[in-house]
Amino acid sequence: MSAQQVLFDIPGPKARARHLLYGVLGTLVLLGLLVLVLIRMANRGQFEAAKWTPFLESNTWTFYLLPGLLATLQAAAVAVVLSMVFGIALAMLRMSDIAPVRWASGVFVEFFRAVPVLIMMIFTWQMLVKNPTMVGLMDSLGLTGANATFIAVVVGLVLYNASVICEIVRNGVGSLPGGQREAGLSIGLSSAQVRRAILVPQALTSMLPALISQIVVITKDSALGYIITYPELLSRTRQLGSANANTLAAYLVAAVIFILINYAITKLAEWIEGRQRRTRRGTPGGGAPTEDEEQAGQRAAGAALGAQARAGGTQR
Amino acid sequence: MLELIEQFDVIGAFWLNIRLAAVSFVLAMVLGTVVAILRLAPVSVLNWFGATYVTLLRNTPLTLIIVFANLGLWLQLGIEFVPREDNPNFILENNFWLAVLGLTVYHAAFICEAIRSGVNTIPVGQSEAARSIGLGFGQSLREVILPQAFRGGITPIGNVLIALIKNTTVAVAIGNREIAYQMRNMMEFRPDAGILIFLIVAIGFVILTLPVGLGTSWLSAKLAVKR
Repeated sequence: MSAQQVLFDIPGPKARARHLLYGVLGTLVLLGLLVLVLIRMANRGQFEAAKWTPFLESNTWTFYLLPGLLATLQAAAVAVVLSMVFGIALAMLRMSDIAPVRWASGVFVEFFRAVPVLIMMIFTWQMLVKNPTMVGLMDSLGLTGANATFIAVVVGLVLYNASVICEIVRNGVGSLPGGQREAGLSIGLSSAQVRRAILVPQALTSMLPALISQIVVITKDSALGYIITYPELLSRTRQLGSANANTLAAYLVAAVIFILINYAITKLAEWIEGRQRRTRRGTPGGGAPTEDEEQAGQRAAGAALGAQARAGGTQR
Repeated sequence: MLELIEQFDVIGAFWLNIRLAAVSFVLAMVLGTVVAILRLAPVSVLNWFGATYVTLLRNTPLTLIIVFANLGLWLQLGIEFVPREDNPNFILENNFWLAVLGLTVYHAAFICEAIRSGVNTIPVGQSEAARSIGLGFGQSLREVILPQAFRGGITPIGNVLIALIKNTTVAVAIGNREIAYQMRNMMEFRPDAGILIFLIVAIGFVILTLPVGLGTSWLSAKLAVKR
């Protein structure tokens, strides 16, 4: 039941009048709340020019917001790349033919999905700056405390998101028709080769929207770096707020920046999803499968399921 | 290990996480349901309000929301949840409720989407039948749609609850003395036992979230609407 119109009939004149009334009432309630907030802000002097003019000065941007944004994007970008690499590697391991490898990677993935990202960040950070062995290692590599917070942010993000991406890839592989794997095996590829050359590439394409949505999660979670003193956008915003005594305004601007970035990434994911739906399957060069091909695919999938059931369901 | 747990009151710290999660979850369910109703309503202005709320809140980092609740709402706008007079714990208690506020508004957006995905599991015939016996939008929502949406949406709602439990750690950003705060303390004083401390905290979260996952899959099987 996806279409909204299913929930109610097309309104007649009376219902239209009533809906208009609800709309007006709802808007009034919301405007009322907004006015209350604005009055409160005005009473507390939040609309003084001094609170907002700093955003017109280049210093505000070049000293605080842009370096902060850069640090946020740096941590997020490194984490995105590493999470994808490790996530795909983990998925390969979790689908391995060797049972102990499957179990070990399964435990790893389930464990790091259950632990909060912040806990992993604080752990890595404190280990790097407090643990004698790690401090010695950091020194010998010529890394400082500032590097430690960056490493901690990235490690925390990667451990969690690689585990999530592993599951996304595995779901993608699971949703492929069984004929794909069988065709690969029948031309003499080993099952590891089938995964690497046939299954995972298709899974990545079909799961592209989910993978891109994960980038939003990583960008948002990079703000946790604020808590472990990584100088990302929120930390810089705080400094900006105390320098100009405009904390509230500064955080509102930071929120707008975050929302714009994440909204753009979300829209990209939706656009790719829509494009994939139009071409039926997102596989390159695949084109839209004909009706016959689809039925054949379903038959193959059914056969593969049967084969899996006989083999004790080793696939998942 | 036991000595570490006792010395630093790990249980007490986790108890604060549990309280934060419990209170925020109840409030987020209420707010999330309201936003979901706005998004399902036949009035396009209300749809737009609901959709805008979800877009704004889902794309803002939780850390920013919670820090804003403290530095913006409290210090700048003077919003206080507990009486200040004769209250030695004023800051701690106020920060608890500011964290609850932040966790609630953030997760309500996700609860709204979970309920909407629950609505998507309901066959069209249900609401058609509801309308054919003369129920209005509000009545069919209350009697037919929402009860089935909650039952169909148990798994996504459970996933939000798991995320909420893990996200209570962000409350440390405004000085709540929960487990992330305590963990940092422990690692400051016992840097030699870092890995053990991490394992204690991590296993604590596995213990907290595992029953939720198992419970929701059990519940969603038990409460699934037979069709």
